[in-house]
Amino acid sequence: MQTKRTIFSNKGLPYLLLAPQLAVTIIFFIWPAAQAIKSSFEREDPFGLRTTFIWFDNYTRLFADPTYLNAFGRTLIFAVGVTFISMAIALLMAVAVNRLLRTGKIYTTLLVWPYAVAPVVAGILWWFMFNPSIGILPYVLGQFGINWNHRIVGNHAMILVIIAAAWKQISYNFLFFLAGLQSIPASLNEAAAIDGAGPFKRFWTIVFPLLSPTTFFLLIINVNYAMFDTFGVIDGTTSGGPNQATNILVYKVYADGFLGLNIGSSAAQSVILMLIVIGLVFVQFRYVERRVQY
Amino acid sequence: MSKTLLATGTALATLLASTGASFAQTEIAWWHAMSGELGAKLEEVAQGFNDTQDDYEIVPVYRGTYGETLTAAIAAFRANEQPAIVQVYEVGTGTMMAAEGAVYPVYQLMADNGLEFDPANYLSSVVGYYSDTEGNILSLPFNSSTPIMYYNKDVFEEAGLDPETPPATWAEMEAAMNQIVDSGAAPCGLTTAWISWIHTENFSALHDLPYGTMENGFGGLGTEFVMNNEHLATHWDNLKRWQDEGIFRYGGPEGGPDAQPLFLAGECGLFMNSSAGRAAIVANADFEVGFAPLPYYDDVIDSPMNSIIGGATLWTLQGRPAEEYAGVAAFYDYLSSPEVQADWHQFTGYLPITNASYELGQEQGYYEENPGSDTSILQMTRVEPNENSKGIRFGSYTQIRALIDEEFEAVLAGDKTAQEALDSLVTRGNALLREFEAANG
Amino acid sequence: MVENRPWLNVATHLILIIGVAIVVFPVYIAFIASTQAPGTFYRSITPLLPGPSMIDNYWEMLTTGMSTAGAPPLWLMLINSTWMAIIITVGKISISIISAYAIVYFKFPFRTFAFWIIFITLMLPVEVRIIPTFAVVSDLGLLNSYVGLTLPLIASATATFLFRQFFLTVPDELMEAARVDGAGPIKFFKDILLPLSRTNIAALSVIMFIYGWVQYLWPLLVTTDSRYYTVVMGIKRLAARGDTEPQWNLIMAAVILAMLPPVLVVIFMQRLFVKGLVETEK
Repeated sequence: MQTKRTIFSNKGLPYLLLAPQLAVTIIFFIWPAAQAIKSSFEREDPFGLRTTFIWFDNYTRLFADPTYLNAFGRTLIFAVGVTFISMAIALLMAVAVNRLLRTGKIYTTLLVWPYAVAPVVAGILWWFMFNPSIGILPYVLGQFGINWNHRIVGNHAMILVIIAAAWKQISYNFLFFLAGLQSIPASLNEAAAIDGAGPFKRFWTIVFPLLSPTTFFLLIINVNYAMFDTFGVIDGTTSGGPNQATNILVYKVYADGFLGLNIGSSAAQSVILMLIVIGLVFVQFRYVERRVQY
Repeated sequence: MSKTLLATGTALATLLASTGASFAQTEIAWWHAMSGELGAKLEEVAQGFNDTQDDYEIVPVYRGTYGETLTAAIAAFRANEQPAIVQVYEVGTGTMMAAEGAVYPVYQLMADNGLEFDPANYLSSVVGYYSDTEGNILSLPFNSSTPIMYYNKDVFEEAGLDPETPPATWAEMEAAMNQIVDSGAAPCGLTTAWISWIHTENFSALHDLPYGTMENGFGGLGTEFVMNNEHLATHWDNLKRWQDEGIFRYGGPEGGPDAQPLFLAGECGLFMNSSAGRAAIVANADFEVGFAPLPYYDDVIDSPMNSIIGGATLWTLQGRPAEEYAGVAAFYDYLSSPEVQADWHQFTGYLPITNASYELGQEQGYYEENPGSDTSILQMTRVEPNENSKGIRFGSYTQIRALIDEEFEAVLAGDKTAQEALDSLVTRGNALLREFEAANG
Repeated sequence: MVENRPWLNVATHLILIIGVAIVVFPVYIAFIASTQAPGTFYRSITPLLPGPSMIDNYWEMLTTGMSTAGAPPLWLMLINSTWMAIIITVGKISISIISAYAIVYFKFPFRTFAFWIIFITLMLPVEVRIIPTFAVVSDLGLLNSYVGLTLPLIASATATFLFRQFFLTVPDELMEAARVDGAGPIKFFKDILLPLSRTNIAALSVIMFIYGWVQYLWPLLVTTDSRYYTVVMGIKRLAARGDTEPQWNLIMAAVILAMLPPVLVVIFMQRLFVKGLVETEK
């Protein structure tokens, strides 16, 4: 691992400097993760008065449980939906802003602030807009003959949470796409224009391929976001319903553990999720940020 | 202004002292699940007690729905941050009863503090619900309710229905719902809170159908669900059909958050909810409200059984300092007085759970002045309860309630027939019961 | 601009205006709802124009809150949120910058091991280890305290990596010169490295402030005492009430107040925000 050519030779100081970060990490990250692994092999009553070691029962039961497999499928749909919608809109906006000189800044300001909106608040904003009796969108949809009801129709609820989660993420993707676009040398574009390529052709043959590192990076980040940071979106709106239609994995860990009081099953789900995150982080650092040497 | 400054100061002080400010009085936390009018009234009850003495201060804290309140209390117990008093709904009774060592039974609490507490003062159906197998009452009955039907008399009139003769059977219901919608009096006939409590549990009790083996779970942890009978399936299928026809509207899971606004806005002419919905309904309705017992299927039973109770009781949790328990006992004593009980019952629509408070209401002429206010108690006490109608007691029932909502939603969405949904409910519910038995056996 | 095509320029603006409208519309609706009189939401569709009760609604939420919905006055929750965000920001940056300093400017046994321990935090987001983390915090007696609200969240691999990257770009000559002048490691850090890191610290602060402000699940779990509620977690309880008792005017006032502070930070510190976001890359 890289350091400086010359270094300080103090013996105790570096440990002292690292101590706070390491202490917090060990106490609040690594220790609980170890606890989760331990609880995933146990059965416990809700009040924590009795604990039994049951080997892999929690895991085998999970994978035999259709609702858990359903949660995997739902998470997949949700993550793909959020990632695709937010990235597509963000790319379109970024390309448009990139074409403008002076007014681009104003549009940028108007587009970036949702980054600062908490996911739960984003969920509630859209929940309100889609409220079947007073919301504006079901009224509009009703004019087109669509009977909106996210209390019953699982797909409606899924669309609602995807929109809410994607809405908040547009700003983030937009900024990265814009930064990516601005780093593409104008000369490339000009050369192609001289060759007679129209703006759409230029975008797909030159700009988009050059953006692919950004796109790939955002892909990972967005999947990560959709899987783990959207707890508030679900909890603030559908609570996983109707009939489990929006019960994504990260919400199920919470719902089974805190609401369902099934500590063992929740812990087993935590462990599985940890493996998924580790996989994502691995992909991110192995294939995405190669220019960064750790 | 100075108050604001002072409070800011307190907030800053608590930043430094993580345990918070200390007071001369003993503060006793009371976690509850009452929102809106009920919550305001509950805070008034706590204030009433606080005003009678200086040693204790009951601090009510709203913790969300009943389900959220129970799970928050259990999580807090595990973390040793539990409140002394928590309001637990009837479906949490099985979980709480199995948690020996976590709860301080009320009979013991009162005895330890030298206060008199006679279960005979309470309605027998209420006491039966909350007693252990030896007949000891474990939690303090506070707000027991039973579901009833509310209807919009203005809508009835406009639809050409007799506002004084609410439908008594589901056949009459269907006719009334159609008439309301066809006449244009309202866009929807019926909406309802609590699919689980009203259209599953109470449905079984009213029609004398068994819900679970071993006396609906009162007999022990080995109980199994048996509610997947054809009659309940027919009822669920009917609700689904009515939803498709547009004369019934689903109000959402658990307590049906969308249902009451639909009724109050005049969108639906009929509404089923807890008798305790009365306070909010009377306060917010700009039409005349009628009260009626729940309807029944006359091809299933000639005359319906009693309805079962819901609502909640107050459980005392172990592990708080001794002086708090003295305060809790004093507070329970205060709550049990006929005056407090009658006031609470008459304002909220909860049942008068002590005989004395019911008698007090009768002496005051309350029931004559407020027709319909005794619908709930009459419906609940109209026959002697049998083993199908005395109530239910299952472990993990909070989760099972969620399963009921899920399965019902699957029926509404057209994914399953009612029979398939109920069969699946029995399978999934029994799995949870076995799990609970294993964890608490 | 490569070439000038008027129709393309018009299309560009059109796309952006539609995009901005999509982004702004939900908040516009929320704001409109927050100005309505009580009872507006009993029967009608959300209006599209402001109502008469804006000041009343905001004032009521700020000073009284909704105790029957479990929400203390909003000013209290806003103060809690501010503290939480500030403590997290300061904490994260302090512990990260000194860790990065140790890793870059010192050689010592277990250096790589320490680096990996910090790296692991990336792999364990709080959402996936909720229950055991809650248990640890409660065992330490930190529930219902600012320490419990913030301490478990202040470990940060990304901030550490950012500072590490930055320190690696600082010319070695600076340190050599400092050593010639007889400056020890602490003096070097304080007098040279810290001033050089100013922009990075500022940019990162913006991101961390937002991170701290929008925390939801964690405060939901560790606060049972309403004196410690943060505004973002308080919102959910209110929203659940919106369905049963349609007081959306008050709820939306709370929603607007809850999102205003971090949104203003982004708007007014946009340059730092963009730098912090794009350079930290998460």
